[in-house]
Amino acid sequence: MKRRDFLKRAGAGMAVAAMPGLSLARTDTDARFVLVILRGAVDGLAMCAPYGDRNYAGLRGELALDGSSLGKLDGIFGLHPAFKTLHQSYEQREALVVHAVASPYRERSHFDGQDVLENGGANVGRLRDGWLNRALVPLGGSLGNETAIAMAQNTPLVLRGDASVTSWAPSQLPDTSDSTIDRLADLYADDEFFAIRLQQALKSQSIADSVDGMNEQRRRPNDAQFVRTMMSSTANFLKADDGPRIAVVEAGGWDTHANQGAATGQLANRFTALDAGLDELKRQLGDAWSNTVVAVVTEFGRTARVNGTRGTDHGTATAAVLVGGAINGGKVVSDWPGLRNGDLYEGRDLAATTDLRSVFKTILTEHLDVDAAYVEREVFPDSSSARALDGLILT
Amino acid sequence: MGVKEACVLSRETVIAANRFGLGARPGDLEKLGEPRRWLKMQLDGPSRTPAEFRDLPTSAEAIVDVQSVRRMQREAKQNGDDIVEKFGRVVRRNYVEQALARYRVAASTEHPFHERLVHFWANHFAVSADKQPLPAIAGLYENEAVRPHIAGKFEDMLIAVEQHPAMIMYLDNQRSIGPNSRAGKRANRFRSDQEFGLNENLAREILELHTLGVDGGYTQDDVTTFAKVITGWSIGGANERGRFAQGEPGTFEYRDIIHEPGRHTVLGKTYADNGLKQGEAVLRDLARHPSTARHLAMKLARHFVADEPPASLVDRLAAVYLDSDGDMPKVYEALIDSDEAWLDVRSKYKSPHDYVVSTYRALDHVPENGRQVVGGLDILGQVPYRPGSPAGWPDTAEQWGGADALYKRIEFANTVSRLTAGRVNPVDLGDAVLGDSFGANTRRSIARAESQKQGMTLLLASPDFQRR
Repeated sequence: MKRRDFLKRAGAGMAVAAMPGLSLARTDTDARFVLVILRGAVDGLAMCAPYGDRNYAGLRGELALDGSSLGKLDGIFGLHPAFKTLHQSYEQREALVVHAVASPYRERSHFDGQDVLENGGANVGRLRDGWLNRALVPLGGSLGNETAIAMAQNTPLVLRGDASVTSWAPSQLPDTSDSTIDRLADLYADDEFFAIRLQQALKSQSIADSVDGMNEQRRRPNDAQFVRTMMSSTANFLKADDGPRIAVVEAGGWDTHANQGAATGQLANRFTALDAGLDELKRQLGDAWSNTVVAVVTEFGRTARVNGTRGTDHGTATAAVLVGGAINGGKVVSDWPGLRNGDLYEGRDLAATTDLRSVFKTILTEHLDVDAAYVEREVFPDSSSARALDGLILT
Repeated sequence: MGVKEACVLSRETVIAANRFGLGARPGDLEKLGEPRRWLKMQLDGPSRTPAEFRDLPTSAEAIVDVQSVRRMQREAKQNGDDIVEKFGRVVRRNYVEQALARYRVAASTEHPFHERLVHFWANHFAVSADKQPLPAIAGLYENEAVRPHIAGKFEDMLIAVEQHPAMIMYLDNQRSIGPNSRAGKRANRFRSDQEFGLNENLAREILELHTLGVDGGYTQDDVTTFAKVITGWSIGGANERGRFAQGEPGTFEYRDIIHEPGRHTVLGKTYADNGLKQGEAVLRDLARHPSTARHLAMKLARHFVADEPPASLVDRLAAVYLDSDGDMPKVYEALIDSDEAWLDVRSKYKSPHDYVVSTYRALDHVPENGRQVVGGLDILGQVPYRPGSPAGWPDTAEQWGGADALYKRIEFANTVSRLTAGRVNPVDLGDAVLGDSFGANTRRSIARAESQKQGMTLLLASPDFQRR
């Protein structure tokens, strides 16, 4: 029996306590949103180089990218040469870059930086759940009919909270019989923590079952293939008729303290893999791509100067990429702060001129049609200084 | 002894074996005796090196070995010769051997509380095997830098860890050069584009993760200055370019030639320029700092008692830590003697590591093939020695409680149940390893299973077994 059939029975028979206040009908929207979190702090000056800033080459030294190698965006900015397909998307006006962007966090701890990026508050520990989970409430969805999926075994903070979300990662273990799952559902009925998670998991399993090959990924993808494989699976979930509309994908390895490389090297290799992943998502989503927004973000940037070990240390502002058929692209959105010594934040980092919450707010209100007042009140409290941006989303 | 006392004793026995220990093996609950005494006994004497680790190389040997393989591979490539042994394969073999030894010991040890502490501190001082050559030495690091200091002073463990080649390499400190050091000045005379210099990675993580904690009251200046203080903390033997060849290859080496000279002020205190001792003095002061006491007390209480531990307990542990200058057995004893630790028999959702270890112990079985051990943990989301960041693995139900993560555990339980089918009665096993925390519902459900194999899956996937 397919998990899909099982789910119907389990849903009827299980004494799962309904999640409070969240059994709303799901909003009927075709809009898809993929949040890609790059953990470890991506060097925004390498991702999208300000080659036209006259202080750039001197400041970056051996990590400076040659203007002729870049995917030109305008007279100032160019994408790292690894982003070949992203650059094509830019030329097709499906991609844009927001530069000198940062969350409100101004210290330099990865873990706190990620906490602020994901909790949506103005500082660390301000909120215990994730902003994207809070945004799910008006979007509807319920236990067993989730609007959002984490593409991982565990749910990252940005998706944790009261609204039910599911998660999925490839497995190399043999299937469990339906009879065993059935009995476990009964056994878990008295224990909400387990009961809820099992039902959420059965939802993603049922969708994965319905796609050929997805639950039979016998080999774990290696690092280079990881983003692409996960993007392919993400597309399958977002395409499914009764599947989620929002996905969070994470990728690590961006903490380039030493031997970062420039046009080639370790960071370039990661960019290549990310570029391939974004391309895969676009191709696999097919028609759904036209109503999709992908946001690629990281917790903060890196030092403007090269450190003593051919890498960069933890910094402040960085670049974010928005791509998708629903993006009003072909531009760099930036109030560029400059790279003179006096322009740098604390004399060392690219200064932040755009609040990342402005980008997220725009996506929530203009793409996913979440009520703006609700976003201000519940999703991003204390964010009145971070206004939504005009002209990012096609309307 | 009345019935009531017997129940209390039994509950505490289960907590000692399953929450403080690594999970009961059949027979453990009956023989462990008075729970508090059983735990404290494990802190006596010098820390042992279990037999499983004795055949492993030292980290210095492993580093030299993988470096020479890498060199030979490069030379063979240049000469167009056949590559005799591939670097990746040698690293992988070391990694799997160490992981297998670790889980064999965990599955069989008679001192599971001690072993849990080893895992706890290795995770506190996490290195991650996603950066070469860490996979070849991460397990050795745990045994060399952490294990010998479990029953000692925190500051001794701290210094051993920060001077271990694994930590130095993981956080790039061998590359950090004092701009005004002899080597730094010389190199920078020839370069105009960029200064040879500091890498603040290790200094920052020592302050943020290993000692004070992120809110512990340090500034960016403290990070930068502390990074200068520990310039020169390096590894013996030549670097990748064949330079700086002094020192015993693969071991800690203090290199004065790259040490930033001068007196330096960290957290308001000025430290005299006495080379290696300067950094050690900062570490000893960091170890005795009240912020460190609170940070460590919170982590211990969270690991051993509850995700949100009672403030009274954290305060008490921090006070004992400060009063004893970080004498860890005193802190563990305070933890064991705290009433708060013995209230709830299932207060923690097991991490995948805990889940796998307790399964191996319950079944008295570890796969022969190390790759199977590594693979199982990988699928469950906690591949050995690879937390992916210096913060280590998380320690709360919130962070481990993904829907898919639970589903993977069910699949894992289902897979290992095949191994025991017909050999073990799952109801008896539940009684033997869960004691009082074996719920009546779970028991009934297992008793009604359609096969022993299914019953075993239900036991291992039950909420009773997945909590500690």
